[in-house]
Amino acid sequence: MGVIFYLLAALTLAGGLAAVLLKNTVHCALALTVAFAGLALLFLRLDAQFAGFAQILVYVGAVAILVVFAILLTRGSETPTEGVFSRSWFVGLVIAAAVFAALGAAIVESAPALPGETAAPSVTVLGIGDALVTRYVLPLEIVALLFTAAIIGAVIVAMREKERAK
Amino acid sequence: MSQWVDQIFVLFKNWLVGYLPAGWQGAAGVILCVIAIIAVYPTLFAIAVLLERKGLGRMQNRYGPNRVGPFGLLQPVADGIKALTKEDVVPLRADRVVHFLAPIVLVVAVFMLYAVLPMGRHMVLVNLDAGLLFFFAMGASTELAVFMAGWSSRNKYSLLGAMRAIAQMISYELVLLLSTVVIVMISGSLSLVTIVDAQNHYTGIFPHWYVFTPWGLAGFLVFVIASTAETNRSPFDLPEGESEIVAGYFTEYSGFKFALFFLGEYVEMLAIAGLGVTLFLGGWTAPLSVLTWVPSWLWFFAKIMAWICFFIWLRGTLPRLRQDQLMNFAWKFVLPFTLLNLLVAAIWRFMGGGWLRWVVCSTMVVAAYVGMGRIEMFKRRIGPRTYRYAEE
Repeated sequence: MGVIFYLLAALTLAGGLAAVLLKNTVHCALALTVAFAGLALLFLRLDAQFAGFAQILVYVGAVAILVVFAILLTRGSETPTEGVFSRSWFVGLVIAAAVFAALGAAIVESAPALPGETAAPSVTVLGIGDALVTRYVLPLEIVALLFTAAIIGAVIVAMREKERAK
Repeated sequence: MSQWVDQIFVLFKNWLVGYLPAGWQGAAGVILCVIAIIAVYPTLFAIAVLLERKGLGRMQNRYGPNRVGPFGLLQPVADGIKALTKEDVVPLRADRVVHFLAPIVLVVAVFMLYAVLPMGRHMVLVNLDAGLLFFFAMGASTELAVFMAGWSSRNKYSLLGAMRAIAQMISYELVLLLSTVVIVMISGSLSLVTIVDAQNHYTGIFPHWYVFTPWGLAGFLVFVIASTAETNRSPFDLPEGESEIVAGYFTEYSGFKFALFFLGEYVEMLAIAGLGVTLFLGGWTAPLSVLTWVPSWLWFFAKIMAWICFFIWLRGTLPRLRQDQLMNFAWKFVLPFTLLNLLVAAIWRFMGGGWLRWVVCSTMVVAAYVGMGRIEMFKRRIGPRTYRYAEE
């Protein structure tokens, strides 16, 4: 831990704050990517290689691209004239704080549930793969089913649009 | 003797690091390796560019560069000096910060790719447990740089080029990833060093490269197609098609920033060739067991350069695809073929030794290839050419 942890934490927080506070939507998306990358580096600091690289691959490689595509294809990337804060920002703040409190409380309470956990567990990619197809195979299949349904839904949406155009 | 030549760079590094106190040796070794990577690959980039200009020239029945130095060999030096001395023009309405950051992000992400590539026996910067995943994670980061360049330039051609590039890279990245999954299934590891070691066996004089198996050959072909598309090489060079959108996402870059994009593109090409060589062509292993006395790093770089020559040949031969052809090809032909290949690899894995698995797996791959081709041909109903948008 030490200095590197604080540097990475500062980077992640700065990215997150910039994503909220910047005016230009594309700048916000890019700042969000910085936050994603900082999070991935924090995972790597914890020796969680799989989680770290998957974070970069999925969030920096795919989700960030999806976000900028969505911005470009919809409202355009022009800076809004009437401020960047919506009127219900206070409600949003309360909800975010409540979610954070619930998650934080759950993590703090889970510590006594795992006694005897003195050293950091060494999780290899092989171990994760093994666990995914043996013990956690049902959740994996459910997620796969969900994604299949999402793809079919997306295709149906695209098909309808095509018919209307004719 | 051959042992010594094989390990010459490792020994040299250890000798240099040996002069430092024990506490610094680890960090100094890594820094030396990074310096070596940053020195070697731009040199290979210069060679590749010269080779490409000369080779394309020959294929198009002209000379190519032949003025600077003997046979035009110093052309890359002249190009470098030109790029350094040119004015750096930034459009007035461009987003200056993002415009400045885009080439840097690209070059950094591209050089990170080399961290996990084994370039010879014991010659790898870090032997990561999840090396392949690292490679793809870094490769995916380059897409963002492309978007940043295209968007920040405030130019229609740049934005169009960036959109094309990202759509193409996402489509083919999926194929690229899935085509390498068969390797992971058989070798049981994501570490590139382990994957090369698994191929370092010989039957008689022939090596156990993965390309010499039915699933490996199918995966290799798909990998070559996807890597061509991923690096925006012809025939998949729509993102920077000169005749349509000037230069695509880096239209508004000049001087050294343009050179950085050019460098990034070629260095990524070399890295993907290196990955393909590592996964399918045995990495640094010799192609015949009687040739194992040749240093391992020489084989690695020779294979990379051969791959680059193949790319150049391809560029001189094939015309550019259309956008819809590109997407149809990725999603309707290459992707189903790759998914089937996963099944073939699984069957291969569980049929054990013997010749029966060769017959079954080869039949499946060939039948799928021929069958899909026939169905596509049948559906196409080739007739007189029709124009949808142009007036007759």
